[in-house]
Amino acid sequence: MAASSDRIPPPFPATEEPGVGPSDVADGDSDEGEDIFSNPMAVSRGVSQPDNVNEEPPDLFSDEEEASSTTVKSNGVHSDDDNDLFAEAHVELSTDTPGSSARKEPSTSVGPRPASSFTRSPAAMQPTSLEQLEEEESNDSFDVDVAVTNPEKIGDGMNAYVAYKVSTRTSLAMFRSKTFSVRRRYSDFLGLYEKLSVKQSLHGCIIPPPPEKSVVGMTKVKVGMDDPSSVEFVERRRAALERYLQRVVSHPSLLQDPDVREFLEKEELPRAVSTQALSGAGFLKMINKASDAVNKMTIKMNESDTWFEDKFQEVENEEQQLRKLQAVVDSLVNHRKELCGSTAVFAKSMAMLGNSEDNTALSRALSQLAEVEDKMEQLHQEQAASDFFIFAELLADYIRLLGAMRGCFDQRVRAWQRWQEAQSTLQKKREAEAKLLWANKPDKLQQAKEEITEWEARVTQHERDFDRIGMTVRKEVLRFEKEKAKDFRSQIVKYLEAMLQSQQRLVKFWEAFLPEAKAIA
Amino acid sequence: MMEEVKEVTSTLSVDRDNINVTEVLKDGDSLTFLIVSQKLSGTGEYHVARAYDDFEWLQQHLFSQEDVPGIQGVIFPPLPAKAQVNASAKVMKQLGFLGLGEWQLYCKALETFLRQIAAHSILSKNKAVEIFLTSSDPPGRQRVRKNIFNRLSQAVEEKRKEGHKDVDQFFQTERDQNLVLAGCAKTAAERFLDVVQTEQKIAVACGHFSAALHLCVEPGEDSDKQAFSKACVKLSEVFDSMKKNMTSVAENNVSTLGLGMDLESRYQEAEKEMLFRRTCKLVELESARRNAEKAKPVKKAAMEEVKKAAETEFDHICGVAKQEIARFQGARVEMLQQALVQWCEKQLLTAKESAEQFNQHLQTLRGMA
Repeated sequence: MAASSDRIPPPFPATEEPGVGPSDVADGDSDEGEDIFSNPMAVSRGVSQPDNVNEEPPDLFSDEEEASSTTVKSNGVHSDDDNDLFAEAHVELSTDTPGSSARKEPSTSVGPRPASSFTRSPAAMQPTSLEQLEEEESNDSFDVDVAVTNPEKIGDGMNAYVAYKVSTRTSLAMFRSKTFSVRRRYSDFLGLYEKLSVKQSLHGCIIPPPPEKSVVGMTKVKVGMDDPSSVEFVERRRAALERYLQRVVSHPSLLQDPDVREFLEKEELPRAVSTQALSGAGFLKMINKASDAVNKMTIKMNESDTWFEDKFQEVENEEQQLRKLQAVVDSLVNHRKELCGSTAVFAKSMAMLGNSEDNTALSRALSQLAEVEDKMEQLHQEQAASDFFIFAELLADYIRLLGAMRGCFDQRVRAWQRWQEAQSTLQKKREAEAKLLWANKPDKLQQAKEEITEWEARVTQHERDFDRIGMTVRKEVLRFEKEKAKDFRSQIVKYLEAMLQSQQRLVKFWEAFLPEAKAIA
Repeated sequence: MMEEVKEVTSTLSVDRDNINVTEVLKDGDSLTFLIVSQKLSGTGEYHVARAYDDFEWLQQHLFSQEDVPGIQGVIFPPLPAKAQVNASAKVMKQLGFLGLGEWQLYCKALETFLRQIAAHSILSKNKAVEIFLTSSDPPGRQRVRKNIFNRLSQAVEEKRKEGHKDVDQFFQTERDQNLVLAGCAKTAAERFLDVVQTEQKIAVACGHFSAALHLCVEPGEDSDKQAFSKACVKLSEVFDSMKKNMTSVAENNVSTLGLGMDLESRYQEAEKEMLFRRTCKLVELESARRNAEKAKPVKKAAMEEVKKAAETEFDHICGVAKQEIARFQGARVEMLQQALVQWCEKQLLTAKESAEQFNQHLQTLRGMA
């Protein structure tokens, strides 16, 4: 991971923030990232500076831009008339300051959502209270809204794919404009994930995973996008991609990553090719391979900090719980779909009965009944969709996120092991030096001394890395738990609102039917 | 124990609107039903215990009233199929709605059966009814001679007669209509049962989800953990409400429209049987007429006798049938109307209660920071 030092750091917003250290990033400072941590810097601008934690600038490592021409068709039109997209998707930057947390609604929601916005005051750098007045898109708020919409099938046959419109609305100066959109295909999202994983997971960040590949699903879509299962598949994927992006941009470190910005802004992306590994099974395999590698290492980590051990156990337990929940929700969704089917069939048989009936009033009532049942079928459909999109997908997302979290823990152990290995190498070098001293070979001795110096530096580096990763993992875990609590709560609210609405509509149906039933003479 | 029923006519001594099947007792594999009827004169009740076989005994006696003119034109109130403890899948399918739950609906159906008999001008006069409702001993289990009434269309030849063209437009229309309605009603009842059973499955799944959520409650003083736990507990409550709601919805469906559709379906079958009996008689009559025409002088008088008898019987049947049909049409519309109104009212109430509950959950959730 060579760090290129010619990376232009993201431009910071104009207003100065007193109290923040030198804001230049990796600019020519260090090749291996050693010195970046001597410059504490504010990553989330305008947010109160956490005192002790060093944020690593995300553009430390950069990928070489691929020069190959893109095969992705994109209409590259930046449209500014997409305000409606954001009516519901609303993401706040979250801070790392304990005690202040941004609310995040990662998926579209209906109804009033309390959104908090930061008000940046140029003069003062105190922690802003989060529950500010709700302002729409005030220029002072650090909003980045992303939406994924308009799935469109491009091409034909087995080479066809679906392109989505990715729209961004932001007030951050690091973007070229305030609202813009691009077209992206699924492999682009995977490509982004891959790039982020390589870079960021080494720091201990939890990289949100994108939705899994599905050969079956995509094949159906390639054949035709019209049948209900294809429609459902595309909608499911669209929603999952949107949540994925929203999680990415709401992560303070990830948002800084130039790849993220490029993904959002750049007209045409080079085609991501090496996404084979990232099928659903592949993703899990990757995590598990990392764990296996960790387990196979001969130097077993002795955990000085039980916090990590305990947390890891919690994560594993939680994953189990969520999987159980997921199974139950899946069964619920299936039954609801079944109910749609049986209701529709019943409605038809009632219609037939109504048609055959002689008595006029009875006939009309039965026909009305059939219509009521048709409307109920519609309701059941919506309820099934609610169950699914609100809970099933939520659980699936979090199971994936927990997997990513496990990956972070493993990264930390790897970092520890690298440190240990460096120490052992250093030890060997010292022993070699001692031997040379005794053998009295001055020229070789010089080399040995140089090597020792080098390795001492490496040991220090690795130790720092380990500490840093530990802190990042801690922070990430706390942030995750916060987000999780918010996420679940907001989804439950959404669900209840939907259920309430269903019931109210149901009440109306019955109220309309009652006079018809009474009118039978 | 009364072995035989000699007298045919009597007047019922119980209030026909106040016959109740109050309880069902399980005795091994068989079920015993407790029937309570109000005495017409003075106060007091009759309490009797009857098994399914006793109901069949009653039905047989009603079927075999050969000296009642036109008896074959009666639409006999349908007796539900036999219920058993640990019934086979086939039996359960046959029972449909009546097999659900703990036999409450089945008892209701038996009750309806008895009330309809007691309210029938011809049938209520049969002594067997009085005995059934009032005798403390179980009525005799001896087999009454089997007659042509019991099950429709066993033999293939019989089946052919079903399509025999009628001489009377009124009856032809009624037969055609009945054929269509009987089919539709049966199908609709079966489909409605599917709906109800799926609703029950959803209720169960909601219960599972509610229970599983409790396992997700995390201990700890961490405020985020607590927030998450609270959310899980809340969601668990929500799904418990949903379970209750679904259960109510299914129960409402069963106890009103389900019961109604079941009765309609079985009653259409009963009308079908009556019309078939009449059609068979018509075939018999036409055959008797032909025989009388073709008869050689020796046999002529005898054939004429047979023809006359057939004509008389047929006329009686048609007379009774017309009355029965009129009564039936009125009764079924009334029954269905009641079922639909009750169904709608109950579902409306359940929906309102449910909406209120969801609203409360929503308020408390929003109140939780």
